Amino acid sequence: MKNKLIELKNITKSFDQQEVLHNIQLYIRPNEFLTLLGPSGCGKTTILRIIGGFEEADSGEVIFDGKDIAKLPPYKREVNTVFQKYALFPFMNVFDNVAFGLNIKKVSKAETKKRVLEMLKLVGLEGFEKRKIDQLSGGQQQRVAIARALVNEPKVLLLDEPLSALDAKLRKEMQMELKKIQKKVGITFIFVTHDQEEALSMSDTVVVMNHGNIQQIGTPIDIYNEPKNRFVAEFIGESNIIPAIMKKDMLVAFDGVDFECVDSGFAPNEEVEVVLRPEDLVLTPPQFGKITATVTDITFKGVHYEIILKGEHRDYKAQTTEYHEIGTELGISVIPSNIHVMHKMKEV
Amino acid sequence: MKHYRSMISPYVLWAFGFIIIPFIMIMVYAFTDGGLSLTDAGFSLDSFAEMTDSLYFTVFTRSFSTGILTTLLCLFIGYPMAFFITKFDERVQGTLILITTIPMWINLLLRTYAWIGILSDNGLLNSFLKMLGIGPVSIMYTGIAVNIGLVCNFLPFMILPIHTSLSKMDPSLLEAAYDLGANKVQAFTRVIFKYSIPGVLNGVIITFLMAISAFVIPKMLGGGQFTLLGNLIENQFISVGNWNFGAAVSLILAIVILAAISFLKRIDPDGTV
Ligand SMILES: Nc1ncnc2c1ncn2[C@@H]1O[C@H](COP(=O)(O)OP(=O)(O)O)[C@@H](O)[C@H]1O
Ligand SMILES: [Mg+2]
Repeated sequence: MKNKLIELKNITKSFDQQEVLHNIQLYIRPNEFLTLLGPSGCGKTTILRIIGGFEEADSGEVIFDGKDIAKLPPYKREVNTVFQKYALFPFMNVFDNVAFGLNIKKVSKAETKKRVLEMLKLVGLEGFEKRKIDQLSGGQQQRVAIARALVNEPKVLLLDEPLSALDAKLRKEMQMELKKIQKKVGITFIFVTHDQEEALSMSDTVVVMNHGNIQQIGTPIDIYNEPKNRFVAEFIGESNIIPAIMKKDMLVAFDGVDFECVDSGFAPNEEVEVVLRPEDLVLTPPQFGKITATVTDITFKGVHYEIILKGEHRDYKAQTTEYHEIGTELGISVIPSNIHVMHKMKEV
Repeated sequence: MKHYRSMISPYVLWAFGFIIIPFIMIMVYAFTDGGLSLTDAGFSLDSFAEMTDSLYFTVFTRSFSTGILTTLLCLFIGYPMAFFITKFDERVQGTLILITTIPMWINLLLRTYAWIGILSDNGLLNSFLKMLGIGPVSIMYTGIAVNIGLVCNFLPFMILPIHTSLSKMDPSLLEAAYDLGANKVQAFTRVIFKYSIPGVLNGVIITFLMAISAFVIPKMLGGGQFTLLGNLIENQFISVGNWNFGAAVSLILAIVILAAISFLKRIDPDGTV
């Protein structure tokens, strides 16, 4: 899996003298499901548009299959896009929408029909050929948009927040379905979302972005368990982020207590930050914990309770399946492998 | 709802007085033969029979062919203009649209006199041609002059609905076309133009209807040499005094207009008409 299908080298882009992408370095492997994740306005769409050819980078290279395509117009790229608001042609029925790309390429009538029907079947819209676009629900329009792009057999499919207009339940369904479709057609998907859960559950690789910078690239598990900095840790999920001192390799001190950990390679006594996921806090009777704290709030969340505990130095957020009365004093400990030490983020 | 309905009633009265009654009068005159008088008139289809006279038939065909020519010219000039306007950002677009409609704010007679000043034998155009050493052209009081006048007069009515259609188009449709492999020409013919068809039909029908019923411009720029339906009707009522025949021609014209508008309503229910 070393080979690179797409490579972005030193991409920068400004709008009205505002730099919105700073020196982006990124490569995308064949057949991978890569997600650009970040808050709104961080530059995800702009990266996608640069790959699709709708926007030109101010500097840097866009390498596709070994060739620099930075100057190639969109219609000459082996890439298709599922647009954020679908951008289906309202004056055509479902069949003609999906057939659009094939008609442009002068594919024969019979072949077009075969491929369009196959594709509609793949996205679960058999029998919808004659429907008008405005007679379809959001989810169905979404599928037409996917079929319209995939029928051209692109090497890469770009999807810009394709699920953001759907309600929660349909969204979950479509996430699974998209993943299934990607496996089936075996092409690269570059997916944009601002929803961390969506990114973690669908992707092979997640690229976390903020303010036009890539913060971290990794598998969902890497990103979740080993966030590189405070931004990633906070964006990816709820966590306790605590300033700490790295006393030496495998030993970190915070909130007045030394903890064994598994991280190394920091300078002695370096100021760092520690991430503790709520589900990794082990709650015990006070005498068995490293830190003691008092329950100040408890909320039932379905499978577990979310507890806020007040300690001497700060509040801690924990998850447990057991109920604890407000006011109860508890001990907190964490096993070494669940303590994640990060370099302190420079203030931006 | 009730509240709003009562607000319509003055309009209903107005429509009854100024549209329905005159229309009934036209029907009555068209199907009778008593001239101005209605008392000693009887039912008659004479007026319609008279229209088959080759003299009048020529006026009909001339009107329709002038209407078609004017409409086509307006379309070929107006479409690119409307398209061009959508390339600017919204504020500029508003200004440009306003500019294209400025002629509509000037009195029709004044505008037409301006054309006489430009087109007449020793007018602006010929002075200009003379400077270039090209012989004078005599286009005043010809079909060409009438067509120029009509096209310039009705161009805004072509540009406005087309621009309205085009500006409603989500730019991502165009990107989708490029994304799916369309080049600029294909994106235009397969997406932009198709999207604007309701606006085009609107513009075409309005322009055509106004052109076939025009009478001030053909009268002044055609100088009586180029009679169209509107002039025929005017003459019958004002100078010839054959109200029955005038009413019959008006009725035919009214039917054509109503048919065209109901067609337009069917294809584009939320259009401007
Ligand atoms: N065409 C444009 N003109 C001016 N600014 C733009 C344009 N497109 C994007 N931007 C700006 O670039 C930044 C990144 O935008 P975008 O890539 O759309 O972010 P995201 O998709 O992550 O929400 C935003 O601040 C946005 O306002
Ligand atoms: Mg975006």
